[in-house]
Amino acid sequence: MSKTYFTEDHEWMRVEGGTATIGITEYAQEQLGDLVFVELPQSGTALKKGDMAVVVESVKAASDVYAPVDGKVIEVNDALTGEPSLVNSSPLSEGWLWKMALSDESQLDGLMDEDAYKASVA
Amino acid sequence: MSDLKHLPLQSMHEEAGARFGTFAGWRMPLAYPAGVLKEHLHTREKAGVFDISHMRLFGIEGSQTAAFLNRVCPLDAELLETGTSKYTMLLNDEAGIIDDLIVTRLDAERFIIVANAGNAAKDEVHLRAAADGFDIRIQSLDRVLIAVQGPEAESILINAGLDLSDLTFMTVSEPHGHWFASRSGYTGEDGFEIALPIDEAQGFVERVLADDRAMWVGLGARDSLRLEAGLCLHGQDIDETTDPATAALLWAIPKAVREKGAFIGAPAFKRILSEGLAEKRVGLVPEGRQPVRAGAILLNEGGEPVGRVTSGGFGPSVGHPISMAYVARAFSQPGSSLIADVRGKPVSMRVHPLPFTPHRYRKG
Repeated sequence: MSKTYFTEDHEWMRVEGGTATIGITEYAQEQLGDLVFVELPQSGTALKKGDMAVVVESVKAASDVYAPVDGKVIEVNDALTGEPSLVNSSPLSEGWLWKMALSDESQLDGLMDEDAYKASVA
Repeated sequence: MSDLKHLPLQSMHEEAGARFGTFAGWRMPLAYPAGVLKEHLHTREKAGVFDISHMRLFGIEGSQTAAFLNRVCPLDAELLETGTSKYTMLLNDEAGIIDDLIVTRLDAERFIIVANAGNAAKDEVHLRAAADGFDIRIQSLDRVLIAVQGPEAESILINAGLDLSDLTFMTVSEPHGHWFASRSGYTGEDGFEIALPIDEAQGFVERVLADDRAMWVGLGARDSLRLEAGLCLHGQDIDETTDPATAALLWAIPKAVREKGAFIGAPAFKRILSEGLAEKRVGLVPEGRQPVRAGAILLNEGGEPVGRVTSGGFGPSVGHPISMAYVARAFSQPGSSLIADVRGKPVSMRVHPLPFTPHRYRKG
C-alpha cells in the first residue's frame, strides 16, 4: 500500500515500505515549460531534507529540485537522459526523477496530501 | 514594483494566455500556452508575432542630423541612403557600448533610432547631452512595435492588408501616417518590424493573427532565437565595458569611419585596435546535453580561467545546447577546447562559428 505526499516546492513523493519515488507535479512541469535536460544525482548519494537533488533545465532556465526528506538515493530515472520531455508528458509516472531509501519516516508528517496540495495551487 | 510599465496591448496577451515576467522594467509576455520550444520552432518554420513595444523609438530631425549621428555612432550617416537602416552602437569615451541600435534614414534630415528598452532612458540622456550645438530635435515616439518573423511573414502581412514585398533586408517604408515598417529583426529569419500608432495596433495585430500561420511568441523564444542567430543581447553579451572589436562587431563599423575617427570613443577604439585584443566574443557548443548558461566560468586544460559565458541555453532548431562567451584570444578559433564549470562540474566545450543557425535574410 503506497501513499503519496506533496511539498510546497511542487514535488510529489510516493512512499512504499521505506522507499520513496520522487518527481515534480503537473503544476510544476507547466510552470517550467519544455525540459531539455535533467541532471540526476549519483546512486548512493545521501541527501538531507532541502538539499538540491536534481536540476531540471528548460530552454530558458535551470531550476533546482530539493530532497523533500532525508534519505539515500537508490535509483535514478535514466530514461530522462535521452528523453527529458517525459517529465512534461508524464510528470507523475514515467517522468519520475529518483528513488530513495528514507532515513526518518517521521519527516513525512510535515508534508501535504493530495487534497491539501491541490488546494494550495488552486 | 509600482512603476512597472505595461504594454498597450497587454489585454490581448492576457486573453492569449501569456505568462508574464519583468524585463527591463516592463511587464512582458515570456511565453504563451504553446511554450517556448514550439514558439521557437514555429517562428523558423512559419512565422512568429512578437510584441516588442518595450523598445524605444527616437525620431531625430533637423539640418544637422547626419552630422550628429556621425558623432554619437561609429557610422557614416551621410552614406546611409533614404529608406535604409544600419546596425550601429552608442559608444562612450572608452569605446564601451552604451547601447546597440538600428538607425534608419527616412529622408534627408529625418532619422529614426530603435533602442533597447533597458537602455532607453540612459540613451536619451546621452543623446541630448551630445546634441548640444547641433541643429536637431530628438523626440521619443509612442508606438506599438510588432515584429513578424519567419519565412511566411511577408505573405501573412499581405493577407493582413500590409504589402511590404518591395522591401529587402534593412530597408524601410512608411506605409501609413505615423507607421514605420522595416525588413529586419532579431531572429535570423526573414521578417519585419512594424511601428504603428497605439490606437491602430489592436486591429492590425488581430488581422495578422487571423492567419493561422501566425502565432504569438514571447520573450523566452525571442531569446533562444537570437542566441541561435548569434545576435547580442545588450546588458548580457555586450555592455559599457565591452568594445565593438572585442564583441566581434567590427563588421558594423566601416573602415573609413574608423580611420576618420569622428565618433565619440574613436581615440580609445583606435588604441584598442592597435594594442590588439585580449579576448573575443565567440560561440560555444558543449559536449552532451547540459546547457551552459550565463555566468559559467571557462577554464583551459590546466584549470586556469580563460573566459566566461554571457548567454547560454538550448537551441531548439539546432537541437543541442549553445552558448556565447568571451574567451582569451588564444582560444577564440573555431574548434578550440575549453572546460566550463557548471555548478562545480566540468563540461567540455568547443568554440563554434556564429551564427549557429544560418541567417535567412531577404537581401536585395
